[in-house]
Amino acid sequence: MEIYLDNGATTRPFEEAINLMCKVFGQDYGNPSSLHKKGFQAEKYILKSKDIFSKILKVNKKEIYFTSGGTESNNLAILGIANAYKRTGKHIITTAIEHSSVKNTINYLGDNDYEITVLPVDSDGLIDLEQLRRNIRKDTILVSIMHVNNEIGTIMPIEEIGKIIKEKNSETVFHVDAIQSFGKLKIYPKKYNIDILSISGHKFHAPKGIGVIYINDNIKINPIIYGGFQQNGIRSGTENVPGIAAVGYAAERMYDNIDCNVKNLYKLKEHLANRIINEIPDTYVNGIQVDKGAPHILSIRFDKLRGEVLLHSLEEKDIFVSTGSACSSNKPSKTGPLQGIGLSNEEALSTIRFSFCINNTIEELDTCVEELKKIVPVLRKFVRH
Amino acid sequence: MSKLKKAFLIKYGEIALKGKNRYIFENILVEHIRRTVKHCGDFKVSKEQGRIFIEPFSDYDYEEVIERLSKIFGIVGICPVIVLDDMDFELVKQSALEYMKDEYEDFNFTFKVDARRADKRYPLNSMEIACEVGAYLLDNIPQLKVDVKKPQVKVWVEIRSRAYIYSKVIKGLGGMPVGSNGKAMLMLSGGIDSPVAGYLVAKRGVKLDAVYYHSHPYTSDRAKQKVIDLAKIVSKYSGRINLNVVPFTDIQLYIYEQCPHEQLTIIMRRIMMIIAEKIAEKNGALALVTGESIGQVASQTIQSLTTTNAVCNMPVFRPLIGFDKQEIVEISEKIETYETSILPYEDCCTIFVAKHPVTKPSLKSIIRSEKRLEKIDEMIEEAINNIELVKIKPDEEE
Repeated sequence: MEIYLDNGATTRPFEEAINLMCKVFGQDYGNPSSLHKKGFQAEKYILKSKDIFSKILKVNKKEIYFTSGGTESNNLAILGIANAYKRTGKHIITTAIEHSSVKNTINYLGDNDYEITVLPVDSDGLIDLEQLRRNIRKDTILVSIMHVNNEIGTIMPIEEIGKIIKEKNSETVFHVDAIQSFGKLKIYPKKYNIDILSISGHKFHAPKGIGVIYINDNIKINPIIYGGFQQNGIRSGTENVPGIAAVGYAAERMYDNIDCNVKNLYKLKEHLANRIINEIPDTYVNGIQVDKGAPHILSIRFDKLRGEVLLHSLEEKDIFVSTGSACSSNKPSKTGPLQGIGLSNEEALSTIRFSFCINNTIEELDTCVEELKKIVPVLRKFVRH
Repeated sequence: MSKLKKAFLIKYGEIALKGKNRYIFENILVEHIRRTVKHCGDFKVSKEQGRIFIEPFSDYDYEEVIERLSKIFGIVGICPVIVLDDMDFELVKQSALEYMKDEYEDFNFTFKVDARRADKRYPLNSMEIACEVGAYLLDNIPQLKVDVKKPQVKVWVEIRSRAYIYSKVIKGLGGMPVGSNGKAMLMLSGGIDSPVAGYLVAKRGVKLDAVYYHSHPYTSDRAKQKVIDLAKIVSKYSGRINLNVVPFTDIQLYIYEQCPHEQLTIIMRRIMMIIAEKIAEKNGALALVTGESIGQVASQTIQSLTTTNAVCNMPVFRPLIGFDKQEIVEISEKIETYETSILPYEDCCTIFVAKHPVTKPSLKSIIRSEKRLEKIDEMIEEAINNIELVKIKPDEEE
């Protein structure tokens, strides 16, 4: 039996979401911009999905846009604001543990005349709020901070951060990458002073290739894709209607029962963490305490072995985990979040990320622990000298 | 659109120097050509006095045919040619003119006609044919200039059982047709060197099988796929390859447990040679091929190579032995294995590397360490019994 514990990389789409997509692909294939009823049928899926997201986030429907995924949402947020505000200022603040779709986009701006402040994090993966306050200036146009870190599961105090930003400079735009948190935590952009929020469908049982972005109607933003003026010109291109329909369905289902889901996820996480730490020697939870981090991400260091080797050993038993961020698993990064919280390279390389979804069970995790107890001592016998 | 009948004339090099066995080499080459071009259309491939002709009977993609032919060892030149069934000399001259007009847009070059008369019954001799055709071309294309010593364009007219006219020679790879010189077992890793070594040995007409040592979970399935992809690229030149994937983890761990760590690599290489030799014997291969080059890494010093070699009775071909890394990289770029070779997945040679491996091992001390591997014979046997055989075919054969 397959045990999939790599839900931070991607999730298995809900079957109903797949069915809905197939229906839209096959029957309701009209172009939502067409004037005839086939077009209107397609448009209805978009309207419904916008309605769902606006209710979950407690924002206005017209503030919801659809993109091709999390990376595009993050790019649109950062480049769109940088472009629109370049006459106001060119200072941007971010943190040392952002996802590469944020980090690399901001680095690109850094190479092009923008001034970047990168806030370090402590061993829990948290930034110093006073340091943030000190760094916000008159010409700070954007603060981009992730909600949940994808590798270690740190939850940034987004509400407090939003408050500090607006107190210090009400003009500064606050962007939150909520790709790992949406579907697991409640987020209310208006209440938290968030101006832009990035979401990615495939992290919460919707298909790949669909992203969502909330953009506060009061801020100006430039598009990064130009074309037929769909979605108010902020994101041109014929909408991915099947994806939009499915992402709406998945979001609604995630938030229908969110309190119960989160409780269950924490149960799974605590169970796995306790068993590994207690039953396998020289193992450590990376970053923040288990109950303080995100409910679905558990980063564990298995000292004296290489994470990748452990990953491949588990894969032989049909257990799927990750060594770190899946997007970069081919290239060991020297500047990722694990190093950001103070781990040595060697420690970072001995890390495994377990990430859960609501379909995982305690039994699955027990099987995983039993396998780990067999594999880890064997692998530890063979380390590089 | 010209009505001239077009074909390809294939020139081969070394084979032509062979004596009584020449026909064997020729037949193998003809067979390779036949198998290769049949994927582009309907062709007749025939031998004729030191030449091979490929005549199309259906539409085909010209570029694709050239591309495929230029990967066949044994061919030194590919000449797009026109063929005349009727050898009336007036017709030969007119066709030569038409050919020139088809092939060249401006005629601002010097030329010379070179004729060859294989059929001695033809009324004009070679010299006369060359002079007459040359004069005819000059009369009709006044921009042309003759230069008999260093012409920019040489127009060939060959009179055999039919007449052939051509002026362009596309360079082939040379070498000998694969299969004309027996079979060898290539030790293929995921690196840059071994595919190049395989290519160079195949160039001498040697058919290849390959062996790859897989150390799951220390090496990933992506590493294995990378080797399969590399074998696939090499097979475009060498033809089909039987890739023997040997499960190597247990042996590697056993060596690791029993032997001094600074000798790990040498002992591992020796065991690999033993296994490769056994597989080679089973499969009718007569030699081993490795990508080693002197001094590249600790296991490739003269002392290390000698120690590794001592375990093996078959000849071990090391075509890269005197090559610099850059030279190897250049060939791997040319044969298009480089991009695949540099993918980052680790292979079994790099997973348990001692910080300070021996560079000047003594055979005595290696053999002494190996005595601790009491179970190694059984383990080798088991690994060979559990080989996964991957049959690699070049794309055109799928």
